[in-house]
Amino acid sequence: MTGVDTKDATAVAQQGLPLLRRRPQRPVHLTVTVVLALFVLFALPEFMSGYYTGYATLVAIYSIVTLGLGLLVGRVGLYSLGQGAILQIGAWTGARLLFASGQPYPVVLIEAGLVTMLIGTLIGLPAIRLRGLYLALITLMMAGGITVILATVNFPNGGGGFTGYNGTAVHIPPIRRPSIAGSETAYFRYAVVVALIMFVLVYLHLRTRPGRAWAAIRQSEPAALAAGINTTFYKLWAWALAAFITGVAGAVLAGQAQYLYSINFTTQDSIVLLAVALMGGVYNLWGAVIAALLMQLLPAFLQNLGLSYAWLDILFGLGVLQVLTTAPAGLADQFPKDMTRLGRLIMSRIRRPARDGAT
Amino acid sequence: MIEIENLTVRYGGVTSLDALTLVFARGTCGLIGPNGAGKTTFFNVLSGFVRPASGTVRAFGTNLLAMSHFRRARWGVRRTFQTEQAIEELTVYDNVAMVASPLRGAARRADVLAAIEYAGIDASPGTRVGTLGAGQRRLVEVARAVAGKPRLVLLDEPAAGLPEQETQHLAEVIRGIPEYAGALTILVDHDMSLVSAVCSTTAVLDFGKLIASGPTAAVLRDEHVMRAYLGTAEV
Repeated sequence: MTGVDTKDATAVAQQGLPLLRRRPQRPVHLTVTVVLALFVLFALPEFMSGYYTGYATLVAIYSIVTLGLGLLVGRVGLYSLGQGAILQIGAWTGARLLFASGQPYPVVLIEAGLVTMLIGTLIGLPAIRLRGLYLALITLMMAGGITVILATVNFPNGGGGFTGYNGTAVHIPPIRRPSIAGSETAYFRYAVVVALIMFVLVYLHLRTRPGRAWAAIRQSEPAALAAGINTTFYKLWAWALAAFITGVAGAVLAGQAQYLYSINFTTQDSIVLLAVALMGGVYNLWGAVIAALLMQLLPAFLQNLGLSYAWLDILFGLGVLQVLTTAPAGLADQFPKDMTRLGRLIMSRIRRPARDGAT
Repeated sequence: MIEIENLTVRYGGVTSLDALTLVFARGTCGLIGPNGAGKTTFFNVLSGFVRPASGTVRAFGTNLLAMSHFRRARWGVRRTFQTEQAIEELTVYDNVAMVASPLRGAARRADVLAAIEYAGIDASPGTRVGTLGAGQRRLVEVARAVAGKPRLVLLDEPAAGLPEQETQHLAEVIRGIPEYAGALTILVDHDMSLVSAVCSTTAVLDFGKLIASGPTAAVLRDEHVMRAYLGTAEV
């Protein structure tokens, strides 16, 4: 029928077979990831002081937030400056539910995620029609609005009514933690497990139909439409997924902080989130972890060294410039490359004297 | 069979398609004309990217214009673009599998692999498209266009920028599409040797108007067409 060589074609079909069995593409990466996760869960808490355990818990929580942001920016091409506000909604909802009911913790996390997803999607519905700078502006305005609303309503502190806020309370009860994770160390492990589940959730999305659709939308919306992909639906799906996991992260944050005050949440957080997400790398799931380390562990280091937080603003500014000019895929992409280059340089230095001796 | 009646498209003051009435019957049909003749606009109307000012398009009895673009793809409209649009970060398999398909499960996977095999892509289905050359990427787009039971395949300058040998292979592939996929195929290209090698019938547009249509050889020999739109001698 055509000029296609049948032998070639059969070979192609045979090569296609392992793909269908869905073998992990990079078993080495999988092993490294599992070993690292086990290390973080079991060994790391033994080394850390209480000071760093609290910050490490924040890293786990914020890695979920930057994961969601990375999904939007890197995989779909939606620039959101509103993820900090989405996190606030999750934290507020989580805190309210934890005060109001004795439901098991995982149930509360899922409920907070779903409520946040609903609100986030409703807000996203009009915003999703915009792209680039305009979407970023709209989401920033939205973040500002939500921050103001939550500052007026106040975060729940054990009071009654819808808001759960009692302005005259003298004794404020802490937000409860799961019975199995009362201590700082146990709660750190709990947060890491939640983060791992969220990473797996996103990973499964990326490896299946939504991931393909997002990749198509990011590179070429016309091609996606021509292939029959409902681009609005899949963009909204990404938006909803990011809001869901960010909501879950917010509820974990409520249990970590135990006392929530609106003064701790600023609109600026949303901007910093985008900056660190870009620096970490939005095209790689590791980028989310690096971003969270930059955002939460770096300030802890600075404080430990007695340096001012203001250095961070300068550092993040330079970091974003670096991303824009030389490393579009962030540290998650650049760091391994630089290490390989360094390794090669060292190896060539070691080998050269031997070769010189031989000639 | 696709029947176009009185199709008019305007961009501001420019009339890109002017009361076009045309029938593509079966097999592989060519659509040619100088730059700005309205060929791509015509494809954009069929695939839903442009809303016409007036006119009707009936494809196999269905009113195409009543459907949104992604629903047309699900109905069976496939198109490739002038600038190749294979998705770089996905594998060859996923690039083809992303197309809407009535098939499910194993049948769908077999259909995708068959389309890759049919297009004759010289790489394993697990290869990332970003690592392929221009010719292979074009074939990935063609494979995507023939997967998932298409009814109407629109190819917009698929041979642009390809070397002679790859164009020949592409010609073989395009010529076989009606038989392989059972789809009516419309080819827009500036390469007249490709059009005459592949298309049984050809229509010629100029300034949004149909100026000739019929068997390809006769249309290309039409002195009026040659002089006005193809230059003089070469064909």
